[in-house]
Amino acid sequence: MLKKISCTINGKKTDLEINAGETLLEILRERLHLTGTKQGCGVGECGACTVLIDGNPINSCLYLGVWADGRDIVTIEGVTENGEPSKVQKAFISEGAVQCGFCIPGFIMTATAMHARDRSYSEDEIKQELAGHFCRCTGYQNIIRAVSKSFEDEPAKDGGKDN
Amino acid sequence: MYLVEDYFAAKSVEEALDLLADNPQRHIIAGGTDLLLKMRDGLLENVQLIGIRDIESLSSISLDEEQSITIGPLTTFKQLTVHPLIQKNMPILTEAALSFGGPQIRDMATIGGNICNGVPSADSAPPLLALDALLKLQAQGSERLLPVGEFFLGPGRVDLQPGELLTEILITADNYRSFGGCYIKFAPRKAMDLAIIGVAVTCRLHEKDTFERVRISLGVAGPTPLRCTAAESYAQGKTISDDTVAEIGKLAVESAKARNSVRASKEYREHLIDELTRRALKTAVSRAGRRS
Repeated sequence: MLKKISCTINGKKTDLEINAGETLLEILRERLHLTGTKQGCGVGECGACTVLIDGNPINSCLYLGVWADGRDIVTIEGVTENGEPSKVQKAFISEGAVQCGFCIPGFIMTATAMHARDRSYSEDEIKQELAGHFCRCTGYQNIIRAVSKSFEDEPAKDGGKDN
Repeated sequence: MYLVEDYFAAKSVEEALDLLADNPQRHIIAGGTDLLLKMRDGLLENVQLIGIRDIESLSSISLDEEQSITIGPLTTFKQLTVHPLIQKNMPILTEAALSFGGPQIRDMATIGGNICNGVPSADSAPPLLALDALLKLQAQGSERLLPVGEFFLGPGRVDLQPGELLTEILITADNYRSFGGCYIKFAPRKAMDLAIIGVAVTCRLHEKDTFERVRISLGVAGPTPLRCTAAESYAQGKTISDDTVAEIGKLAVESAKARNSVRASKEYREHLIDELTRRALKTAVSRAGRRS
């Protein structure tokens, strides 16, 4: 049973005909070839498939494509700023937060959503925000440091993107 | 790809009830964090889904003129953690919601789904039992109000008749006002984990030194979330002391039907019920003291 949906993906209006049982993750990877979003556990535990839906981190493996109708979706492919890595991405690079890299797109998406909320986070709060992401390589320390660093000396001019 | 034969997006409760009445085999899907897993595991195949996510009237939290609080079943766990009516009047639900999953899951999973899925580890169940919540169950042309304690029938089994939809979770003023509450979830991890034991306690004090009313409920301590009625009746009217609190802990274990599982032994669970009931009760007492 095909269903028509219309949504915005990384700023681009996208019309699709999908199966009722297709997940957003499958649509992104297999129909649109946006393979930066990964499938890890497939049951909503590891966070590798995290994308932003209307600005909120969501596990796309547990999100039916039909629910995406009318939504604004951002994937890891959509976080760069004018072709440059975002400040979150730069902080992950400078802190050596990436090892195998499989979980990283998910972490970047949640950290990107944190920046849009226009507030600061303690280390404990960063851990709570990242609790829906598993990383099997790094031991998390550099990831937490990278997210923390991405909030340092935020230039005020970047604050124009209010919710 | 999940095996979905068809998907209907209901826009109103009436439309959802009509779709259910047309074919009671159809499944209601809200946040999907439990149902999609069952489909993935092959427990449900070729289902017809009725999506209720767009029904706005099911996602509000409101206070009526009698000070009863109605929680829409589509309320997500994230909303429970931030909603001022919940934070102010029944912080035990906020506490339970924060213990649940991680941020992404809390943003999708709904309190109604958590209850209707009916597993013994549902984090919202012990607090709702301790708040004596009522569930409004609607079908085409009928409606009933059921105490949440009568809703749970067995592991994964709830008293939801064919064609019925949970449309309201109701907590009356005399069940939350001047009560102190505490939920303790015991699990190996701080996030993304299921409880080995969950304990919810609410209590109202008389003159700060006597238990006027105590309610204790447990998750993962039996085939369903359950109330510890023996401990509750013992507590009523007793002076608060280490001895009475210790006796309440012991009696809570007697109400439980803890069992061995891969995640914990019966003996360990019983130890936890005793210890955590006492801890949750002490915290609830101090919170009740501040509210009265």
